[in-house]
Amino acid sequence: MALKVLVTAKRVEDPESKIKVRPDGGGIVTDGVNYKMNPFDEIAVEEALRLKEKHGGEVVVASIGGDRSVTEIRAALAMGADRGVLVKHDGPLDPVVVSALLAKVCEAEKPDLVILGKQSIDDDQNQAGQYLAARLGRPQATFASKKESLESEAEAKKEPGLRLGADGKTIQVVREIDGGIETLELRLPAVVTTDLRLNKPRFASLPGIMKAKKKPVQEIAATSLGVDLTPKVVLKKLAEPPARKGGVRVADVEELWKKLHDEAKAL
Amino acid sequence: MSNVLIVAEQHQGALRKATLHAVAAGRELAQRTGGKLHVALLGAGVKGLAAGLTRHGAEVHVADAAVLEKPVAEAHAPVVVAIAKATRATFVGAAATAYGKDLLPRAAALLDAGMATEVLSFGGDGAQVTFRRPMWAGNVLAEVEIASAVKVFTVRPTEFAASAPDAAGSVVDEPVSVDAGGLQTRHVSFEEVKSARPELTEARVIVSGGRGTKGDFKPIEALADLLGAAVGATRAAVDAGWVPNDMQVGQTGKVVAPELYIAAGISGAIQHLAGMKGSKIIVAVNKDEEAPVFQIADYGLVGDLFKVLPELGQKLAPK
Amino acid sequence: MIQRTLFREEHELFRATVRKFIDREIRPYHHQWEKDGVVPRELWLKAGEAGLLCCTIPEEYGGLGLDYLFDVVVFEELARSGFTGPGSGFMVHADLVATYIRSFGTEEQKQTWLPRMVKGEAIGALGMTEPHAGSDLKNVRTRAVIDGDSYVINGQKVFISNGQLCDVIVLATKTATDVGASGITLFLVDASLPGFKRGRALPKLGMKAQDTSELFFEDLRVPASAMLGQEGGGFGIMMTKLAQERLAQTIRSAAVAEEVISYTVDYVAQREAFGKTIGDFQNTQFKLAELKTEVVIGRVFTDRCIQLFMDGQLDAVDAAMAKMWLSNLHCKVVDECLQFFGGWGYMWEYPIARAYVDARVVKIAGGAIEVMKHIIGRSLFEGKIAKKPAKSRSSAQNGKQVMPESGT
Repeated sequence: MALKVLVTAKRVEDPESKIKVRPDGGGIVTDGVNYKMNPFDEIAVEEALRLKEKHGGEVVVASIGGDRSVTEIRAALAMGADRGVLVKHDGPLDPVVVSALLAKVCEAEKPDLVILGKQSIDDDQNQAGQYLAARLGRPQATFASKKESLESEAEAKKEPGLRLGADGKTIQVVREIDGGIETLELRLPAVVTTDLRLNKPRFASLPGIMKAKKKPVQEIAATSLGVDLTPKVVLKKLAEPPARKGGVRVADVEELWKKLHDEAKAL
Repeated sequence: MSNVLIVAEQHQGALRKATLHAVAAGRELAQRTGGKLHVALLGAGVKGLAAGLTRHGAEVHVADAAVLEKPVAEAHAPVVVAIAKATRATFVGAAATAYGKDLLPRAAALLDAGMATEVLSFGGDGAQVTFRRPMWAGNVLAEVEIASAVKVFTVRPTEFAASAPDAAGSVVDEPVSVDAGGLQTRHVSFEEVKSARPELTEARVIVSGGRGTKGDFKPIEALADLLGAAVGATRAAVDAGWVPNDMQVGQTGKVVAPELYIAAGISGAIQHLAGMKGSKIIVAVNKDEEAPVFQIADYGLVGDLFKVLPELGQKLAPK
Repeated sequence: MIQRTLFREEHELFRATVRKFIDREIRPYHHQWEKDGVVPRELWLKAGEAGLLCCTIPEEYGGLGLDYLFDVVVFEELARSGFTGPGSGFMVHADLVATYIRSFGTEEQKQTWLPRMVKGEAIGALGMTEPHAGSDLKNVRTRAVIDGDSYVINGQKVFISNGQLCDVIVLATKTATDVGASGITLFLVDASLPGFKRGRALPKLGMKAQDTSELFFEDLRVPASAMLGQEGGGFGIMMTKLAQERLAQTIRSAAVAEEVISYTVDYVAQREAFGKTIGDFQNTQFKLAELKTEVVIGRVFTDRCIQLFMDGQLDAVDAAMAKMWLSNLHCKVVDECLQFFGGWGYMWEYPIARAYVDARVVKIAGGAIEVMKHIIGRSLFEGKIAKKPAKSRSSAQNGKQVMPESGT
């Protein structure tokens, strides 16, 4: 019941770097900023590796971006993925373009399952997975999580949160939604996006990092895929969020309660 | 003249509160563009909710069918698309709830439309609407344009005051042609989780503790339980081993934007503030009146959290 | 900003791994290890599995045979984290003990110990210092006396890092007395042998999670095959490794100094007093400007020494200068930066407090400042001062501080 899983590894700004808007509002300051793999994608890679460890198969990691994006592909290969695909594109991207490019990669790779991070921590759009599922005409399960906590035995044993059906044709996904836990069963091929509590990604061991150097990475020019590369979501202007101003001091709990309950209606 | 379609959300027969905030956003847009406000209501046995929605000045399109009983994106998306086309909607929006975030992008793809997630406000002039939304975990406020004919969006409910039922509308029954047998998604189960605390990044209220707790999080947890809130912590508390990693709110932990954030015994290091400054209302309780957190708190109380939090709890649930 | 040019992509990938490892496996527990006074074995095994230990050991001995920069990444990230329990423990294990075995061990010794050290299954310690002999290593008294095809060892060591858990010790002994340095012989001692007794872990001013111990050897019998290198060759062996030992500590001090300045700047930028932030005061900016400049100079020097070392060209004098200057800078930075934290700087929960107490030993251990100065000073006058007469044995016996040829 080997599974071919395609995962994404987007190169994003390291959240520990200070993100500052350029004075012209046209972008962010990139000087001195470090980059890493989108943390939600890391969770996707981890989940794919667990499925491969349990059921056999192949994990292919795709990234879309400039030359440097290959570093994140290597990071995923270092974790244990088998092959990489870099779709090279230096221009601006949006979920519309990303999903179109990924759909082309899926046409070629024909994966049984595509796992993406639910959102990337730069644009925080949370769309690419859903768009891809629609383009492929396949079912989707977003914000995949796990019933067991990240401190549980099951997690320590690296159990996958996604459960492959006995016949290998379906996958069950647990989702944390508003008010509770939902379980969906999707017919493969399907698209799943990951949420924080799905797993704790392994770190690439040093042996893994060195092995990764020999794993194949295919480079494809985005322009060669016959996709319209014009983003539909266009950044007009960036600004720092307005500084929060201090509010009022309250003298005691009575006053705080009045403010919260009567004025702000927060309680 | 651009029509607006808002996708309502219901859960087990009741309208989700967030829908009224999305309707408010829809009304704002409709007014600006001179278009008509439509609301789509999908589900099974939900016709009774339509009347209430009409009072927000909307033409309510009810798609009522067994196949739509569960909020499965694969089934709901084509229905939303059909209604969007039928109403010639230029704008299609919903609240940025789990349902909205799951469903709208799929519908957007089927509409060949661009989409803006978690919009905080609209910009631009008249019919030329731009969308302001957070990027880089709220460190940047972006104004974006959507270049497609149809523009899809979700709104952060806390940024739009709920719409008031002060107008009149109408109800339209929409035929549903989704073939249940053709669906590739099966809804297996939904378990309501009451006892566990909400996830930090989705919680409406968060009570957080820092150094000032000296390791004793009981007052924090007790208040959180009364409020149905999530419990957060600062990096200092995590490093000291008082609470687990996943409770850390901050630049290197989780970034949260609840309606109410109560920071108890937290001085307000920049690293922590970065993780919670998107909160609608911040309350700070700290013994040190010079603590930096007071600079960004909407309501600040200089006091001992071990006295203040239980007192506040008393107000909520008088014994 | 002067960019570092030493590292390639795989080093940076590894750096990300090491940081994650520290965050996940060390950060939540270090405060407990400080209370226990020791880092548990589980951590060593996890570190071994992740590949953090002994990166340069060749593949035929269970390692990955990678370049020194991978070790550097581990030392730097542990130093930056401030978690000196594993920080100093791993450094001794990988940079000193494993290096000695790899460079001077017999095939059998290498096969016996190195694969286990890479995995973290065997923990290494360096047994050199004794209660009365630190810098003046020639004066060690631990005796190894030949008896048939084994040696019987008697003596004690003090201030031994990893002392509580170590499985193998590179032990400096005297096989011949009255001949000074050429009487020193190194042995690879298996800690499970009878006659080896661990003394207590010594309570220290700082580095509280590092188990620094007394070790006792009472009629400990080792096979002759446990000798590391030649009989009487111990001192010479130690000399060849000094530059490397000093470099590792330089690397640590450079990373700590950078990190301390970084979080001090973060703190003063938001801490308020007298109507402005501490960072607004000219004194703060001037002081930090001076310290930052010196730290950058230290970084450039350190990276140059790393490159020279990898090219086999780092000499003892350069290494001594690096160790001396960066150790002094390390201590100066933690002291001056602590001041900016005010009362909070004195509180254990603030990293600067731990950094302050952990720093002090760097001017002493692994090559005291005075010894470094002696090495550098002497090198200035090589060939320029007439040779002194050979030192008489009587002055050594009188216990006078005889200037070491080169000390540790």
